[in-house]
Amino acid sequence: MTESTQPDSKTSLSDTKEAEARTPEQIRKSRNRVLGLGLAAFVVLVFFISIAKMG
Amino acid sequence: MTTTSPNSTIEKPLPADWRDLIALTKPRVMSLVIFTGLCGLLAAPERIHPVIAFTAILCIAMGAGGAAALNQWWEADLDAGMKRTAKRPLPQGRLDRTTARDFAGVLCAASVFLMGFAVGWLPAAILAISIFYYAVVYTIWLKPRTPQNIVIGGGAGAFPPLIGWVAVTGHVTLMPVLLFAIIFFWTPPHFWALALFVKSDYAKVGIPMMPVVAGEKATRRQILLYAALLLPLSVLPWWIGGTHAIYGISALVLSSLFLALSIRVGLRERSGAEDTMKPEKQLFAYSVLYLFALFAALVVDRFIAL
Repeated sequence: MTESTQPDSKTSLSDTKEAEARTPEQIRKSRNRVLGLGLAAFVVLVFFISIAKMG
Repeated sequence: MTTTSPNSTIEKPLPADWRDLIALTKPRVMSLVIFTGLCGLLAAPERIHPVIAFTAILCIAMGAGGAAALNQWWEADLDAGMKRTAKRPLPQGRLDRTTARDFAGVLCAASVFLMGFAVGWLPAAILAISIFYYAVVYTIWLKPRTPQNIVIGGGAGAFPPLIGWVAVTGHVTLMPVLLFAIIFFWTPPHFWALALFVKSDYAKVGIPMMPVVAGEKATRRQILLYAALLLPLSVLPWWIGGTHAIYGISALVLSSLFLALSIRVGLRERSGAEDTMKPEKQLFAYSVLYLFALFAALVVDRFIAL
């Protein structure tokens, strides 16, 4: 968790114009999709952890 | 950044974009955290189930991301005043602070509990300490108060290999503590090399970084001191028999070069306002490469020796 490194604008949503062009619904929809994928991945992970723990 | 409904004059903030939430976790810094954590895990003398190993690394990444997000939440106003950080989501207003704080809190809590339940409570406890260390001890307490902030607070970045190692073995021994110490002593020259060429940014927002408070000359001497200490320390795992010659020779070569670049920075003086600070930039770039190479050598050494 070192503080360091270069400017991190590239890693963020750096193109503000692009962000402004997107509607709140589009932003919310893509965020919910990512959240859904994350939750699905978590369920799969818990399943495999359970298998590993029982093994 | 706001949007206005055609039927209303009340401005509503845009919802948080998932890419801004990812940016909040400082993905570039996280890559080094994941790498050193993975190396600690792979270099440990025992083996764990690959799923548990993956979970341990995931938890380290989530914890680091959560701590980084807490850091950005707390320092949003300072970040706005610095060129290097002004484009982050919070200073740009692409995220509201409450969302950032909640996101950070969930990441931190989830990382510790997942680590505890799936891997073990000792690595979970060390992970919790590292998050607290970075978010509270460093960000809130030390950074705005003392020029030694990075020396003590930099310890937060030293935890990942220790956590990775303990996730496998379940106990703390000398070797993971040495890995912790290597990153601890590596952090000041790494960060002060950066601080030397972004000094004006820190001065502008009142952060007492070493070059701002003690001056460039003292900072350069300190860089040299830490680099000189890092050389024997990095070879110590070999010397105590914790690794083989592949790591030992790699550490010797890599740390010697680190010291050579630090000597160049330590003994020079800025030639004037037009000075491009090339040696400092080279030292900073090399310091990142150094840590990757040193920990890669540790893992290679471990697997070749098997």
